[in-house]
Amino acid sequence: MSAPIPLPSGLVAFVKRDCPTCELVVPVLQQILAQESLTVYTQDDPTFPPGIPAVDDTSLEQSWHHQIETVPTLIRVEGGEERERVLGWQREEWEALTGVPALGAGLPELRPGCGSLSVDPSRAPELLVRFGSSKLHARRVELAALEDEMEAMYARGWSDGLPIVPPTEKRVLAMLEGTSRAPDDVVAVVPPDLVECSVEKVAINAVMAGCKPEYLPVVLAAVEAACTDRFNMHGVIATTMGVGPIVVVNGPIRRAIGMNSGMNVLGQGNRANATIGRALQLVVRNVGGGRPGEVDRATYGNPGKLGFCFAEDEESSPWGPLSADLGAEPGTSTVTVFAGEGPRNVIDQRSREPMSLARSLAATLRTVQHPKLAIGYDAMLVIGPEHARVLKEAGWSKEQLIEKLTELLTIPGEEMMRGVDEIAEGMPESFRSQPVTKFRPGGLLVVHCGGSAGLFSAIIGGWASGPKGSQPVVQEIRP
Amino acid sequence: MTNEQRIVLDPTSEQKPKRIPRAPRLASLENRTVGLLDISKPKGSVFLDRVEQELRALGATVERFQKPTFAKPAPVDLRHEIATRCDAVVAALAD
Repeated sequence: MSAPIPLPSGLVAFVKRDCPTCELVVPVLQQILAQESLTVYTQDDPTFPPGIPAVDDTSLEQSWHHQIETVPTLIRVEGGEERERVLGWQREEWEALTGVPALGAGLPELRPGCGSLSVDPSRAPELLVRFGSSKLHARRVELAALEDEMEAMYARGWSDGLPIVPPTEKRVLAMLEGTSRAPDDVVAVVPPDLVECSVEKVAINAVMAGCKPEYLPVVLAAVEAACTDRFNMHGVIATTMGVGPIVVVNGPIRRAIGMNSGMNVLGQGNRANATIGRALQLVVRNVGGGRPGEVDRATYGNPGKLGFCFAEDEESSPWGPLSADLGAEPGTSTVTVFAGEGPRNVIDQRSREPMSLARSLAATLRTVQHPKLAIGYDAMLVIGPEHARVLKEAGWSKEQLIEKLTELLTIPGEEMMRGVDEIAEGMPESFRSQPVTKFRPGGLLVVHCGGSAGLFSAIIGGWASGPKGSQPVVQEIRP
Repeated sequence: MTNEQRIVLDPTSEQKPKRIPRAPRLASLENRTVGLLDISKPKGSVFLDRVEQELRALGATVERFQKPTFAKPAPVDLRHEIATRCDAVVAALAD
């Protein structure tokens, strides 16, 4: 661990012997040294450059701290502060920066530099740990020599039941490269223990979940969204019902990180889909303290509580993205969190006109939680591409689809009463004389994804809806 | 495995649970105020109506409180109000 050491005032150059451009500029450095204060740091050979008293930076500490990516790099420093830097050999730029005229007579006008050893792929990860780990505040847990690392982590209660990737300093630092946010930046207050959770803690859990660094901004946004009063993660954990936080990703980041929105979209096999939702749940477990059998009182739970994340297929959708329905600017990268259970399939291979298809969807949507219960539960309708085609060919907008489904799901109260159809469960007597609509306004979300073959859609049932339960939350993903 | 890999970072909140002693038990309910908290689950009020009758018979003053929704923790203000106005509290949990 180390803190950055300020560079000396005057001119500073970083070089290495194993770089033809550095060899080329040796006479230039001598020329500058004759007129100005110049400190030269050498990365590979303390005797280089010949005839110039160089500072040994073979540890690469200064190079790392001052983010040298190319050698030679020439920097002008005033009072410990960097003012300007030039990469490689560029005569005009060097002259402007040093104020020394007629530099390097006989040299070409410019010559690109070489890679700094401090960013060499064979050295960079080790340097990150050596010089960067001081920014990590989490407690270090040293595993005993005879402990199996996987078993040790299970024993500490860190796992959701599946193996986890050991969160070493090296891996966590690499994960943190995925965001521009500082490690100690507070992301959210995580229920149920209401603990302030830093970017670093999210990164640790993201490593354990198997995320790549480029997924981290998505995980951070998901944690932020889930830990709002609106989403009510506390209730989602504590409920006896089988729901968990479902993360839907929209916008350009889906493609950038290789998410699946096509075949088997709600299934296994895509690393980003599989690990982002898992990372959120590990944060809830490890930072928030939301564990099954403790605050988590689910009767059944569902397999998606290991992690449930997918991307919308925006490219072939006839409609705008889900995120826009919830108020986000179209084209921005977002997560939407929805408290939902496992998906169920809706088969309709015969409908070629939209009203028939809508009736199929409505008949299945009516069964969410119970066919005679309404208003209290939202649902997410996952329209498959082949069903979307039927609706598109008929010119139906998403609003039109929701409107038709709402009409079809508005049922005379007396048919929903307790005792009707010889079923004790149902709506209370106060709803008898009025039509009952299955979903509250805004309680039916529509998202488009899935494989291109199969005249199917899917339904994800929700939990206690609205301000008294959980409401979907959209959150912009920031780098 | 190298030494560096034998060190992992703690993924938990690193909080140490604080032990708070229980409030002293009341010797008698005579002239004491007991809060009854309905968490808004169906029929919680039926149970609490009966508890209220029994407590009044024992000489207690009873105050009724209700959470806005069973699906969220009780708001801080409500918790504070109960704590300042009552000597004891009974919550009716599930339906």
